[in-house]
Parts: sequence; C-alpha cells; structure tokens
Amino acid sequence: MSTHGAAPALRNDEYIIQIEGLWTKFGEFVVHRGVDLKVRSGEILALVGGSGSGKTTLLRQMLGLETPHQGSVSIFGQRLDSSDHAALQALRNRWGVLFQEGALYSALPVFDNIALPLRELKCFDEHLIRDIVLLKLRMVGIEPRHAYKMPADLSGGMVKRIALARALALEPELVFLDEPTAGLDPDRSDSFVALIRALHRELKLTVVMVTHDLDTLFELTTCVAVLADQKVIAVGPVREVIAIPHPFIKTFFLGERAQRAIEVIRDYPFVV
Amino acid sequence: MSESTSQPSLELDHGAPAPCVLLHGRWNVQGLSAGTGGASARRRIDALKAELLKHGKAADTAWNLTHATAMDHVGALMLWQAWGGREPKNLILDPQHRMLFENFRQMQAIPADPIRFDPLGTLVAIGNETQRFMEHLSGFVRLLGQVMLDLGRFAARPQAGPWREISANLYRSGAQALGITALVGFLIGIVLSYLSAKQLKQFGADVFIVDLLGVAIIRELGPVLAAILVAGRSGSAMTASLGVMRVTEELDALTVMGIPQGFRLIMPKVVALAIALPLLILWTDVVSLLGGMVAAKIQLDLSMSYFFNALPNAVKIANLWIGLGKGIVFGALIALVSCHFGLRIEPNTESLGRGTTSAVVSSITVVILADAVFAIAFSNVGI
Repeated sequence: MSTHGAAPALRNDEYIIQIEGLWTKFGEFVVHRGVDLKVRSGEILALVGGSGSGKTTLLRQMLGLETPHQGSVSIFGQRLDSSDHAALQALRNRWGVLFQEGALYSALPVFDNIALPLRELKCFDEHLIRDIVLLKLRMVGIEPRHAYKMPADLSGGMVKRIALARALALEPELVFLDEPTAGLDPDRSDSFVALIRALHRELKLTVVMVTHDLDTLFELTTCVAVLADQKVIAVGPVREVIAIPHPFIKTFFLGERAQRAIEVIRDYPFVV
Repeated sequence: MSESTSQPSLELDHGAPAPCVLLHGRWNVQGLSAGTGGASARRRIDALKAELLKHGKAADTAWNLTHATAMDHVGALMLWQAWGGREPKNLILDPQHRMLFENFRQMQAIPADPIRFDPLGTLVAIGNETQRFMEHLSGFVRLLGQVMLDLGRFAARPQAGPWREISANLYRSGAQALGITALVGFLIGIVLSYLSAKQLKQFGADVFIVDLLGVAIIRELGPVLAAILVAGRSGSAMTASLGVMRVTEELDALTVMGIPQGFRLIMPKVVALAIALPLLILWTDVVSLLGGMVAAKIQLDLSMSYFFNALPNAVKIANLWIGLGKGIVFGALIALVSCHFGLRIEPNTESLGRGTTSAVVSSITVVILADAVFAIAFSNVGI
C-alpha cells in the first residue's frame, strides 16, 4: 500500500480525476465543448493551450469553483456537484491548491497561513501543529525565521513556496498548481520545479498544473493535455503529443522557443 | 475496510524479550481526523497521544509500525513527539516510512516568539501612537498643500482641468446620494417635530414649532446629517477606490505615465464633494422640513400654508448661508480625510479594511469638530 495512504477503496489503477463531456458556458460564450480527461494516480499532468483556451477555467472546474453547464467532474470517484457536504469537505481535505498569485491570507503571518487548514480540522493540538508547520517550511526550503513575517513583506518566490507549503499542509494526495513558475526568474523557476519534482517523488503526489512555461513542461510532466478548439485534443506523454499534426501543437511545441526547451528532454528521461 | 479498522490505534504486545507496541490503521491526516471530526476526533487523538506518551517513556519498548496501513508526516510526527524527539532503539518500520523520520531529524527549532514582555511597553506604545498621530497630521497638511497647489493650477488653466473626473464624482457622491439623504432627512424631520410638538403643546406654544424646526434643521441638523451620510457613503468609497488602486499598482502606473495623482484623483474629489454637499444639504433641509410639516399637521393641526408663510420670518436667511457654508467646508474635509487614508493604504487586504474604517470614523469626527468651530465662530449671527 502506498506510503501516502489513499483511501482504502481507491485502487492503484483507478483514475483520480475523471472529467466526462464537460461543457462550460459563460452566458452565450462556450469555453469547453465536451471535454473528456482522466488523470491517473501519481501522474504529473500539464494543461496547455493558447491564451483564452480555458485552461484555468478547466482547473477551476476541477476545484469546484465553476459549475459545469453539462457533463461531470469526479475527483477520487466523488462527483463535485454532489450535495453530500461531508463527502465534499473530506474531498477538499485530500487536495491542495497553489493559486497563481499564492493567495496567502494577507491578514495572517506565514505561520498562521500554513497552520490554518490544520487548525480548521480542530483535532490537532498547537504543539503538533507547530511542528507540522516547521516541517512544511523545511520541505519548501523556507527558514523558520520567516515564520512570523506577513505575506506583504515577502518576495514573489517566497510567497509561492509558502503557498505550496500551505497547499501541502494536510498531506494531500492531489495537488493543483496554477502557473507554478509564472512571475519567477529563471533561477527561482528552476529551483521551484526541482522542489515540486522532489516533493512528487517523496510524497507520491498526483499533480495537475496549468503552465505556459515550456521548460517546466518538459522537465516536470509525465503527461500533457492540450486544450484547443474548446476540447482536449490530445493527452499523453510530451513525445507522443508532439507528433500529432494539429496547428496549435505545431506552433506551441515546435516553434523556435520550444526547440530550445526540448533540448532538456535529453537530460531528463521520462518515466511514465 | 470498515471505518473502525481503518482508524488509527495501537496495541501493546507483552512478548519477550521486551514489550512491543503495534500500530494499526491509517496514521495520516485523513485517518486521524476521520469520522465525525471536531470535538470527538480531538478527544480520540488526545487519548492516542496520551497512550503513545505512556509507551514512549519506557525506553526498552519496541515499536512496530509495519501494520499501519498508511502513515504521513502528521502521524509520524505524533510518534516522534511521543518518543521525545529521537527514534527508539527498537524500531521496526517499512523502508518507505523511514524517509518521514529522516525529515524530522533535520528540523530546526522555530526562533523564540518575537512577542516578549517589555517593562517599558506602555510608554513605547504611547510614544508610537503619538508619533503615528503626528505622521497623520503632517501627511494631512501635506495633502492639503498639494490640493491648494492643484487648485491654483486648475484656476490658472480651467480648460485643462479634470472636468470629466469632477463630473463623475459629482454624480457618484451627489446625485446618487439623493435617495438616502431624503429618506433619513424626512424621518428625522418627523421625529423632531413629533417630539417637540408634545413639549410645546404643554406651554401652548404650538406655533413656535416653525422656529424650532427651521433653525435646528437649516442651521445644524441638515448640514451634519448630510455630512455624516456622505462621509459613510462616499468617503468610504473614495478611500477604498484609492486603496484598491494602490493594491493593484494603478497609482504607480499613473505616476509613470506622468499623470499627477493629486490633480487627477484627489483634487476632483475635493472639488466635487465641496460642490455636492451644499446642494445635498439644501435638499436634506427641504425634505426634513417637509417631514416636520407633515408631523406638525398631524400632531398640532398646524396647516402647511401657515408653516410656509411663517418660515421666512422665523429663520433669518443668515442661517441658510451658514448651513451651506458648512456644507462646502464639510465636503472638502470629508474628501481630504478619505483621500488621506486612501493614499496610506498598504498593498494588503487587512490594511484596506482598516483604512476604510479609519477614514469614515475620522471624517465624521472631523466634521463634528468643524461643526463645533462653526457654532462658536457664528454664535451671534442669525439667532
């Protein structure tokens, strides 16, 4: 059985995320026209697509922040439109989310930001919570002396790391990352990617992320889902997806910028 | 697997050569917090911790973690704390769990809580507050000076002035406030008339209700009422909009485009409110008197035409000018105070809330202060 203790009902070969025939509409504007997507446990899936192709909206659908017009989204086998509040809450405790801007609670210092989800469970004492927070800070490479700083006093890179620590506070099995490296300089971005890769290995996480950054894509992902024409047009390892003759895939992966990033593939053989 | 077997539990095996603690169930966040959650989960965990601590103290006890179906950092940390921050001599665990404990060994202590007892704390706090107040004062004076300069610039070249901004502010804080000021003014007029009618009736001085309502509303209540409503309504909106512009770096964007914040954002607000408030006061006066008239008709059977005719004799016109003059000053003060707090908002949400509250409280206080100054300065005019 996995270290990370998935619920006993979940078999290893089952899909963690199942999206079936999903339609998203804003008024008359159709964002998704029958999207199907399945994510296996342990995968690092990247959602890619042009600007306005509905990547972030799809991520928000998976988080239950948008309501499907048609179709369904199930996570850990639990439909998000279910009315079983206890089950949905249990589900929310099994995932962690890193928002693009971190979304740290600006009224709370770093320590309380990470402790908040733990305190919300109302079953751990402060002594244990303190040690858990310390451990999470260590995992994301933030020194304990920053624990009492306010989010406004932190640099963008630190905010991302602390937001990741908060996302990992409840030891989730599934982590959503929205543009994890946007707004970081290449050096920080590389170290953030390395951090996510290390955590993925150590915690056996399943990761779903939205990214524009080709370096991140090639280095980190085991699987890519391409959103275009309001649908998921391809899912699979980067190498397979690149081979598909679709205009968006050609410009996205085989442009000049992409060619430079592809060099990285040679250094990091994929394990899918 | 049923709920009861997946719950974390431990069992002591009194075997030879030493007793051995066996862990069962899911020692992870989900397992520990599962079930009804809240208080009962807390009790269960406290009981588990007490039991762990009891066994943790016995140095020769062996620990077997291989039967735990799942374990994460939280569960492992509970064990680690029970062991007193080190691994027991006799520990049997799965290789994948070893990593968890590796992490704990390298964990650093959090530096001491920065909040310490300071014998001079009160004194320092008083000093800090005074300094903060002086800072606010000097900031306010600077803002006032800036607005004066901008007004001079506006007067020198009115055709290049921010007319569009002034008009927008006039509409937002003037025209859109007509409804609420009318409602509150009408009700206050009724209340005032109703209460004083009873007293006046006792002395048979019914007709003096016109003097009482006229002077009170036109000179005092109308201006203060309208000013307080505008401070709550438009003052908070001004602070919040400037604050949000600070948070979203719009203020910086204006600066780098060479668009002066004072001339385009602050001065129009001050001018607009200095124009809108006297007009709102006039409106509030009229509606309040109407309310008073209606109540007087019902309570004292005083005809409306008499009220109309008696009003010009009862209230000298100076009172109206004082009321409107107050409006100009109050309007400018509310806009200045609100902008002052808006510009001091730091880029975080807490500061935004605090700044807006301070702006409303301060502008109402400043309005009442200014009203007191007016009362003293014009004590023998118009009465």
